[in-house]
Amino acid sequence: MGAQTQARATDPILLMKGITKVYPNGLVANSNVTFEVRKGEIHALVGENGAGKTTLMKVLFGLEKPDEGSIFIRGEEVKISSPNDAIRYGVGMVHQHFMLAPSLTVAENIVLGAEPRRGIWFDRRRAEQMCRELGEKYGLQVDPAARISDVPVGIRQRVEILKALMRGSDILVLDEPTAVLTPQETEELFEALKSLKEMGHTIIFISHKLREVKELSDRVTVLRSGRVIGTRNTDQVTVEEISRMMVGRDVVLRPMRPKAPAGPGEVKLLVNKLNLVRDGTHVLKDVSLQVRAGEILGVAGVEGNGQVELVEVITGLSPCDSGEVWVCGQDATGKSPGEIRDMGLSHIPQDRMIFGVASNASISENLISNRYNKAPVSNGFSLNLKAISRLSQELIGKFDIKTSSAQQAVGTLSGGNIQKVVIAREFSTGPQVIIANQPTRGIDIGATESVHKYLVEATESGTAVLLICADLNEVMSLSNRLIVMYEGQVVAYFDEVEGLTEEEIGLYMLGLKRQEPDQVTASMMGRPVE
Amino acid sequence: MHPLLKAVFSASFAASILRVTTPILFASLGAVVADLSGVVNIALEGMMLISALMGVIASAFTGSAWVGFLAGVASGILVGLVLGYFHLKLRTNVILAGIALNLLAAQGTVFVLYAVAHDKGVSSSLPSKVMPEVQLPIIKDIPVLGAIIGKQNILTYLSLIAVVVVYLFLYKTSFGLRLRAVGENPDAADSVGISVHKVRFIALAISGALAGMGGVHLSMGYVSWFSRNMTSGRGYIALAAKALGRNHPIGAFLASLLFGVTDALSNYMQSLRVPGEFVQMIPYVVTLVVLAVYSGRQLKWGRFSNE
Amino acid sequence: MSRNTWFELLRTGVAIAAALTIGFVVTSLVSESPVEAFGYFLKGPFTSIRRFGSFLEAAVPLTFTGLAVSLVFSAGQFNMGAEGQFFIGAVAATAAGVFLDLPPVIHTIVCLAAGMIAGAIGGFIPGVLKARWNASELVASLMLNYVFLKLGMYLITYHLRDPSAGALVSLPLKESSWLPQFTRTTKLHAGIFVMFLVVFLCYYFLYRTSRGYEARMTGQNLSFARYSGIPVLKVILLIQVLGGAVAGLGGAVEMLGIYRRFQWQASPGYGFDGVIIAILARNNPLLVPLAAVFLAYLRVGADVMAMYADVSAEMVSIIQAVIILLVTAEAFLAGYRHRLTLKEVKQRASAS
Repeated sequence: MGAQTQARATDPILLMKGITKVYPNGLVANSNVTFEVRKGEIHALVGENGAGKTTLMKVLFGLEKPDEGSIFIRGEEVKISSPNDAIRYGVGMVHQHFMLAPSLTVAENIVLGAEPRRGIWFDRRRAEQMCRELGEKYGLQVDPAARISDVPVGIRQRVEILKALMRGSDILVLDEPTAVLTPQETEELFEALKSLKEMGHTIIFISHKLREVKELSDRVTVLRSGRVIGTRNTDQVTVEEISRMMVGRDVVLRPMRPKAPAGPGEVKLLVNKLNLVRDGTHVLKDVSLQVRAGEILGVAGVEGNGQVELVEVITGLSPCDSGEVWVCGQDATGKSPGEIRDMGLSHIPQDRMIFGVASNASISENLISNRYNKAPVSNGFSLNLKAISRLSQELIGKFDIKTSSAQQAVGTLSGGNIQKVVIAREFSTGPQVIIANQPTRGIDIGATESVHKYLVEATESGTAVLLICADLNEVMSLSNRLIVMYEGQVVAYFDEVEGLTEEEIGLYMLGLKRQEPDQVTASMMGRPVE
Repeated sequence: MHPLLKAVFSASFAASILRVTTPILFASLGAVVADLSGVVNIALEGMMLISALMGVIASAFTGSAWVGFLAGVASGILVGLVLGYFHLKLRTNVILAGIALNLLAAQGTVFVLYAVAHDKGVSSSLPSKVMPEVQLPIIKDIPVLGAIIGKQNILTYLSLIAVVVVYLFLYKTSFGLRLRAVGENPDAADSVGISVHKVRFIALAISGALAGMGGVHLSMGYVSWFSRNMTSGRGYIALAAKALGRNHPIGAFLASLLFGVTDALSNYMQSLRVPGEFVQMIPYVVTLVVLAVYSGRQLKWGRFSNE
Repeated sequence: MSRNTWFELLRTGVAIAAALTIGFVVTSLVSESPVEAFGYFLKGPFTSIRRFGSFLEAAVPLTFTGLAVSLVFSAGQFNMGAEGQFFIGAVAATAAGVFLDLPPVIHTIVCLAAGMIAGAIGGFIPGVLKARWNASELVASLMLNYVFLKLGMYLITYHLRDPSAGALVSLPLKESSWLPQFTRTTKLHAGIFVMFLVVFLCYYFLYRTSRGYEARMTGQNLSFARYSGIPVLKVILLIQVLGGAVAGLGGAVEMLGIYRRFQWQASPGYGFDGVIIAILARNNPLLVPLAAVFLAYLRVGADVMAMYADVSAEMVSIIQAVIILLVTAEAFLAGYRHRLTLKEVKQRASAS
């Protein structure tokens, strides 16, 4: 009996064998990947961005069709060509971007696809009751009647997990679930996952946060450039070893912030009492800050606490209700993005595929988008093709953009190279102020290091940098000074980053602690702002 | 009183509003269903035209108006499925696919009309039938109201019923829930095993059926013949009505009524001595004005919101 | 030639072949002698100098509307208004040609300008509705087509009508306004030079000027354009006005070169053909004349077929619709492309 249980515990509940997936643009996302998961374990799947983790899971969930390979679930070969098949085999997935319809309620989202009904009618009462019961069973309470658009991110993720559980999934895949969570929400999630494991569920946990992997998982499989590097028992491997497997070398994130300028530099970016109300919520509340020449001001905070709106208002992409923005001594409040750029502002946007590039246009065309009407690219009317070609070659070389030609469409490059195109464009106009919003999101370690280097280099020539970053470690290692945003407000200001701990800043990020608003403004601005 | 005003405040004018609203209402309901599932159905115009012709041909050959009605609805559904095939399976841009189908419908109906009736203008040589008028018992005897809704073509009543049915379908059935989920976040629907393609195919078929009823009303309720391009932009006006009605069946009904009023008004004014061309312009100009006024949010140069 | 260009050519070729096949099948359904009828259709434009001439003549207005639609499509906007802009441009040129008394060349230029301005107004309306009020340019331009058709017919009927003519036609344009025709057998006229000039200007604008760059980037990715500091609303308005001007100019050229008196009772359908041309030419102005020639060939072929066989010319709409549907279908032959990519990747892998 004991031996049998033993055997069953190590039985692979899932085996993906020899999976190869090539995308239409020629990108090889998975190359002969074999991945095995045992029943009842928490199995971490790690790798850098672009290593092929998400693609592998999409194949498992029937969202991508592999070009080669086979999948076995509970020892039987299965063909998964749609999420429906995956659900039937007990595979549930919690996606990185939540798969929820915002205008529908929690209950409607949870039962979607398996709605309780009376005849053809949707049985709302029964649906809400099902959700309550399910939530109690797994310790994941939710308000079934709330609209998704009204509940916080942590609850949305809970809804996603309940969705999978309601469909009887016993293999649960979570794709970078902690990326959008506060430390406290992360803690709650881990508790829930551990108790799910105790109830006999198998969990596949995709992440690149090695500390979390170490804390949570039983085994870990490492992917690199679409290939499996190896699978280890988590308790027999150190974080450094996993990291070496991921990148093939040691990674140390050491402080690399610019040398603090000798005296107080000139104020290049001044934001004074910005307020913005969107859909009835006060998304920016009396936000004031200033960035001086030669320094990086970091903005820490859990995503969705007003950072996006702050950047949009500063760069002219959206209007504000009150307050002012000054760039290099010029009033930029309510000006258009083009006018603000002309004052000397550059902007690395958070979502590079939406704002950063036109993916079907060539590298050249993307490189000139902030100077297409200025010399030498243009004489004010017509474009100077020779100058454009010269500029492209120069930037491709200087910023190490890996491409065969400047005419290649940007969309065919890798994520890191696309970001280099954005950086090359934004850094090469000699900007006075750089707004860098999540500049390293979704790119590999090599490209991340270059981005850090460019940011620090820019400050050496007197540029002021506003760095918005959800990764606390990163923002702390780069910033001279730091502010924390919570619910649209600046809740803390630190004149000195050296000596601060992540735990301490975490308290501010979660709204558990806050400095006096007047004190924040006064100590940052050096004087009370009238 | 001025003859125009007198006409406008008469019960028969109100009745005529309902009559001319009918095809637009059907089509705008079709637009709502397609739109909520996430497909802009610009092919409504072509669907109506094809259904109008097929209804006439089928009724002429079978001698039954109801067979004509069914043929019209069936061809609307068929066009919806063809649009779905190209848009969903072959990933054709849905607007361009709609334009292609509208072009095909505009000239294709003339082609078929010529092949069947040897006439490129109207189908009057075909012995086509007309959908029956219905008198509502009791209601017809109520003063004013009776004159307005007491006696109408059966399709007009059907269009009013359709408003309620489409509302219940979208907001109270489980398929309606799925349809709205697909429209709002297709990936979410897909991830719980709802086939986005299947839902959109069905939505397009329903959209086609509704547009088909509108088309049948044009050639078998409004008048008793098919003439080339007889939809004259009603499918497009229905799109405007959908937008004006905020993608809701009840809203679409009210917006369609507004267009019905202008349409009816232009019919009345034609009997006065205003140049016909000007009168015929009214519904289109009103649509333009309404589009501008309704969209309402004035944008600032340099700003642009995609919401 | 890049793999992508080759693939696009192949796909266009296959789409046209498929469309012609379907056209033939439909012809066989209605015709007593389908092979003969379809033969007229395919060979029609080459059966006489006059027909060959009329085939080239037809390419001229189609090039103008094709350019108009290409410009607007390049900026990611929909333009269904070329139909009405072309029509109103023709009416405006007619009015200027009938009423004004000017010396030869100047009169021609004024008439062309009148057409351009009328067309530009036709582009301005949906453009400003979109740019200022975010109203769908699609519905607006479609509505405007009807408005212009009615307005044009009103002007012709009440102000420009030739009372001595039996049919509803305008007074003849003064000879000083005409674009000269080259020969007596065909109506090929000097408007063709205007056409080539506009083809070049459109190309230059889109690919060689800063404004054109703005338009193309707005079309590629509106959010990116806005983020980059491109004034997208102004761009949208400008491109709609330019598109309208080009379509209106086309209508004027047609009046001054071919008809010399307004005689349309309905819109001639060049605007919608312009959409097909823009799709075939991938919005590239230099390819527009080629695509226009192809569409003109279909039109004239269909007319010849209707004249000599028992199939009406509207058959060609089936071919046109199938071409739009297949050429714009991303997934059409995509499996073939994916296999090509896979093969290439494997070759690269085994080579390294």
